[in-house]
Amino acid sequence: MKAFTYERATSPAAAAAAVAGRPGAKFLAGGTNLLDLMKLEIETPTHLVDVQDLKFDRIDATADGGLRVGAFVSNTALSADPRVMRDYAVLTRAIQAGASGQLRNKATTAGNLLQRTRCPYFYDTNQPCNKRSPGSGCAAIGGYSRQLAVIGTSDQCIATYPGDMAVALRVLDASVETIDPKGAVRTIPLADFHRLPGKSPEIDTVLAPGELITAVTLPRPLGGRHVYRKVRDRASYAFALVSVAAVIQPDGTGRVAFGGVAPRPWRSPAADAALPHGGAAVVAQAFAGAKPTRDNAFKLPLATRTLAAALTPARTA
Amino acid sequence: MECTDGLHLSRRGVLAGGVASVAVAAAPAAEARLASAAPPAMMPVSLEVNGRHHDLRLDPRTTLLDTLRDHLQLTGTKKGCDHGQCGACTVIVNGHRINSCLSLAVQHDRDRITTIEGLGTPDRLHPMQAAFVRHDGFQCGYCTPGQICSAVAVLDEIKAGIPSHVSHDLATPMRPTNTELRERMSGNICRCGAYSNIAEAITEVAGAAA
Amino acid sequence: MKFDTPAGPNPIDRMKVVGQPHDRVDGPLKVTGTAPYAYERHAVAPGALYGFILGAAIAKGRIAAIDTRRADAAPGVKAVVSYLNAGPLGKGGKNTAKLLAGPEVDHYHQAVAIVVADTFEQARAAARLIDVDYVRGSGAFDLAAAAPTAPLTGGSSKEGSAAPKLDRVGDFESAFAAAPVTLDATYTTPDEAHAMMEPFATIAAWDGDRLTVWTSNQMINWAHEDLAKTLGFAPDKLRVDSPFIGGGFGGKLFLRADAVMAALGAKAAGRPVKVAMTRPMMFNNATHRPATIQRIRLGAERSGKLTAIAHEATSGDLPGGSPETATSQTKLLYAAPNRLIGQRLAVLDLPEGNAMRAPGEASGLMALEIAMDEMAEKLGLDPVEFRIVNDTQVDPEKPGRQFSQRQLVRCLREGAERFGWRARDAQPGRRRDGDTLIGLGVATAFRNNINMKSGARVRLGGDGVVTVETDMTDIGTGSYTVIAQTAAEMMGVGLDRVVVRLGDSDFPTSSGSGGQWGGNSSTSGVYAACVKLREAVAQRLGLDPAACDFADGEVRSGGRGVALTSAARDGELVADDTMTYGTLGKQYQQSTFGAHFVEVGVDAYTGEIRVRRMLAVCAAGRILNPKTARSQVIGAMTMGVGGALMEELVVDTRFGFFVNHDLAGYEVPVHADIPHQEVVFLDEADDKVSPMKAKGVGELGLCGVGAAVANAAYNATGVRIRDYPLTLDKHLDRLPEVGAMRRA
Repeated sequence: MKAFTYERATSPAAAAAAVAGRPGAKFLAGGTNLLDLMKLEIETPTHLVDVQDLKFDRIDATADGGLRVGAFVSNTALSADPRVMRDYAVLTRAIQAGASGQLRNKATTAGNLLQRTRCPYFYDTNQPCNKRSPGSGCAAIGGYSRQLAVIGTSDQCIATYPGDMAVALRVLDASVETIDPKGAVRTIPLADFHRLPGKSPEIDTVLAPGELITAVTLPRPLGGRHVYRKVRDRASYAFALVSVAAVIQPDGTGRVAFGGVAPRPWRSPAADAALPHGGAAVVAQAFAGAKPTRDNAFKLPLATRTLAAALTPARTA
Repeated sequence: MECTDGLHLSRRGVLAGGVASVAVAAAPAAEARLASAAPPAMMPVSLEVNGRHHDLRLDPRTTLLDTLRDHLQLTGTKKGCDHGQCGACTVIVNGHRINSCLSLAVQHDRDRITTIEGLGTPDRLHPMQAAFVRHDGFQCGYCTPGQICSAVAVLDEIKAGIPSHVSHDLATPMRPTNTELRERMSGNICRCGAYSNIAEAITEVAGAAA
Repeated sequence: MKFDTPAGPNPIDRMKVVGQPHDRVDGPLKVTGTAPYAYERHAVAPGALYGFILGAAIAKGRIAAIDTRRADAAPGVKAVVSYLNAGPLGKGGKNTAKLLAGPEVDHYHQAVAIVVADTFEQARAAARLIDVDYVRGSGAFDLAAAAPTAPLTGGSSKEGSAAPKLDRVGDFESAFAAAPVTLDATYTTPDEAHAMMEPFATIAAWDGDRLTVWTSNQMINWAHEDLAKTLGFAPDKLRVDSPFIGGGFGGKLFLRADAVMAALGAKAAGRPVKVAMTRPMMFNNATHRPATIQRIRLGAERSGKLTAIAHEATSGDLPGGSPETATSQTKLLYAAPNRLIGQRLAVLDLPEGNAMRAPGEASGLMALEIAMDEMAEKLGLDPVEFRIVNDTQVDPEKPGRQFSQRQLVRCLREGAERFGWRARDAQPGRRRDGDTLIGLGVATAFRNNINMKSGARVRLGGDGVVTVETDMTDIGTGSYTVIAQTAAEMMGVGLDRVVVRLGDSDFPTSSGSGGQWGGNSSTSGVYAACVKLREAVAQRLGLDPAACDFADGEVRSGGRGVALTSAARDGELVADDTMTYGTLGKQYQQSTFGAHFVEVGVDAYTGEIRVRRMLAVCAAGRILNPKTARSQVIGAMTMGVGGALMEELVVDTRFGFFVNHDLAGYEVPVHADIPHQEVVFLDEADDKVSPMKAKGVGELGLCGVGAAVANAAYNATGVRIRDYPLTLDKHLDRLPEVGAMRRA
């Protein structure tokens, strides 16, 4: 871990300015991913701006009947909020399917959105990786790619967005509120928040330097049946091979997003529209143009089967 | 540097020798070499650990785990992976269990921390510690302090109504069933494989507490 | 004391302390975090500096240059040691690859340098500032590619399991050709990691030319010998101390880089140095269980009697390394007049392959016991009955040679009864619980018993406390407890009157912990020392040792009882002895047996396999402590589930390293994977093995588990997977269509 200086921000604008004003500065929230990466010098910030004192730790009702979740609400607190458990169960389910109790207690809503890929080549600084070291190449292409993305990839990067929470947020049409160093706020639909790798896989999100996430907002409840089904090799404490977040209405319409398959939570209007026609139709739409590797081609039939499981209300867990 | 029998590379560079199928670009340019970093500024940190107040001056890079082990010599908290992948470093901070390896000490200024040493001593075991001994809920003992800190916190989390991945119904009170305990304890790896006994130890304590 | 005739009645037979399910004597220390592991010895090595090891960035090649100037100049750095300034180093006799690279690099993450600094943070940061220029060489990394040309090689795992390169009995080819029912199938097992929870860690301190290492090692005398050899100095100037060890599973059998690099760093810095290897470095720096490719051919009569067995296994290792002896159990497990064993070893430039819990049998049974399941199905026989039909009470290669004790059939029958085996549907894929396909599987457990000579010193103090000192280790196995029980039984005192001190090379040399020999061998050494101490006590009290009974804190002879304490009133009594072994192990085949029963549920949609029930029935001689022995078995069963369902070190065959080198990438079972586990020990005492009449269970519990899981999964789905681990992608495309998939 490279040496850095540390400060605690006292206001959102000051935090944003502190990061924007110093090359190499980063926000520190829970730190569960950033510190992991700093120990390996995958992340090498020279200055950390700890935002915990900003106390964005409330979940408030919004005027239009939704919820506004403070950026630093812990994963545990978000998943256990009675309103979330009642009206946004897919979010509770997704959060509880991820990581461990200890990590969920520390990880924040904003930080979770920003967690970086778990591609093993990204994690090994001896290996080429365009996401970690732009222009160095991609060892995952032609290498071990069982966990990696089948769609949304480029010839530069096939890394997967590893999280669960964001997959549920995507299906809920959540949006991300930010503040920039000048104090300007903006709202980013979650659909636009994570970038595809293209020619610059090192940039994971659309956030500008110094732009600080202040909240995540959930639109008014959708009703319906909420399902999050995560498939993994061991029964817990593992990243998804494939996950499905779905909200299904009694008439068979609904929404569906996939995790573990792409550089961001994966959802498409055409796939949603296909829901009444069954899982295979949804997957055909959602994964049109998929480019799996030999290692991860199984994710396509697995997505179909996992969605089938999610769509079958009577099945036991 | 000359090389004749293979690819020349630096450990900061990339590996591509002899592998035609792998597309890799050149090694990044050597960075400003020999530019020695300034010694890190030390920072004051106050911690309350197991009821005792400590004023420390620490390199900001110091994790809470290394602070406990190396600066306070509270080595009951273990380093198994240092990356949040095993749970051996679990401690309870302000009532919540966390991985102390993925937290900087400076993030915990004025926090209240309970480690395994704060739960009980060999002569005065905490009920969870006693149950682990009775049920042989450990073998090598290295993950054990983390398991016990987690177990104590898990029972509190169930009481507080925090759901888990295996909670069937989010609308009814959480119960410390075997399935719930196993899911909730899954962030604590025991390679000796004492899981079956650990679940029984926690069940016994949960039953007594219920 | 030499054990060369079957044990007669002895004080252990009383089983007043031995054989009782006592809580671990070290339990209160472990559950309170006060048991000191290697990195935590602040008290014995105050003011230690911190070391951080840099690993090689290539798998094969050489170091062209090392530039340490940036690291040397970094804050707090006291020393940087690489091959350039380490001085001449030898190689431990039990190490295949040298522990410090340079100029050649033998495998990925081989240690290249250590940085010593005032703080851990400084050492870690400075290690990144070492500039190493490598010249990559070409290497062989792909076992499947190397297997066809791999030569036949015999070998031993160094941990007891051994098999010759080629072994023939009868005429396998003719018998196989003539057999009415045959199976010819190939199975693979992947490279696996020990992944013990405590990383390799050492504190090293020099005092003039004397060195002490507080380390984490299973075999004190091997570490002692090999560290002295590596550093090139006299063993009597070295002390190795390892009282608490956070798991090993074979990974800590040998001297490893942490100890060598700590010693080198401490010498260069002139201060004690402590080093723990980082978790992401452990997987490629240290040893692993090598992958295997196993071809098994079985020929049987329609009755189910096997007439021909062939088992050929191929593994790989670095030059000079040894094979994974996956054929070893096949020499002894089932009767058949015509037999062929073959073992091949490819040269691979991956990290060093070596012993991991039950080397040989663990991998071998993963294959053989699926083959037996497949063959039973072909024969239309119940898998339990098929195994029973082919049981043997003699060494199948040397029919004149009996097993010392062999109750495999009873294990199978009793297990089947307890597990509800009758409920199993022989037709796979028919039993469901909602959307879960249910299957039951069985496999035989088999692991040889090995006796290792083992010494101990026993003291009787004036306070009546019996102190045992031996360099035996407790890696979670319960050594402290069973040794205390042995001494208590022998000296007729309560457990609370016994103190056990372990893991110090200044103590008598023991068997160490490996090959599931530790429990029986080390307690036999303590038995020998206690016999001597009893003689000394009797002599001091003027009694005839042969006529003395030691019980309830008294020495009783001829109707008179004297307090044991009184024998030491005028000074401590000390006895030291080593148990050695004669030829009983050759006269009788000594093995341990068991049967594993597993129920799995397979998600009909996703193909995820989860274990629902597990039972092991073990026949392993006298059980010294049913509580700690049961823990050994459930732990092994858990590791077996990992090997069956998830564990695999993935090789990047281009770059030659294990890609998934951390605990997120290399998945081992978590709580949620493991249900309540049942273990039954048959009531045995094997008088041919030792005066303790005990054998081992710590590895037996693993042997066969993987196949029992695999067989249960087959019974659930009807899809046979022959390549471990059984991840869902290996059967997903062959599972039946379900539910909403059909619409559209």
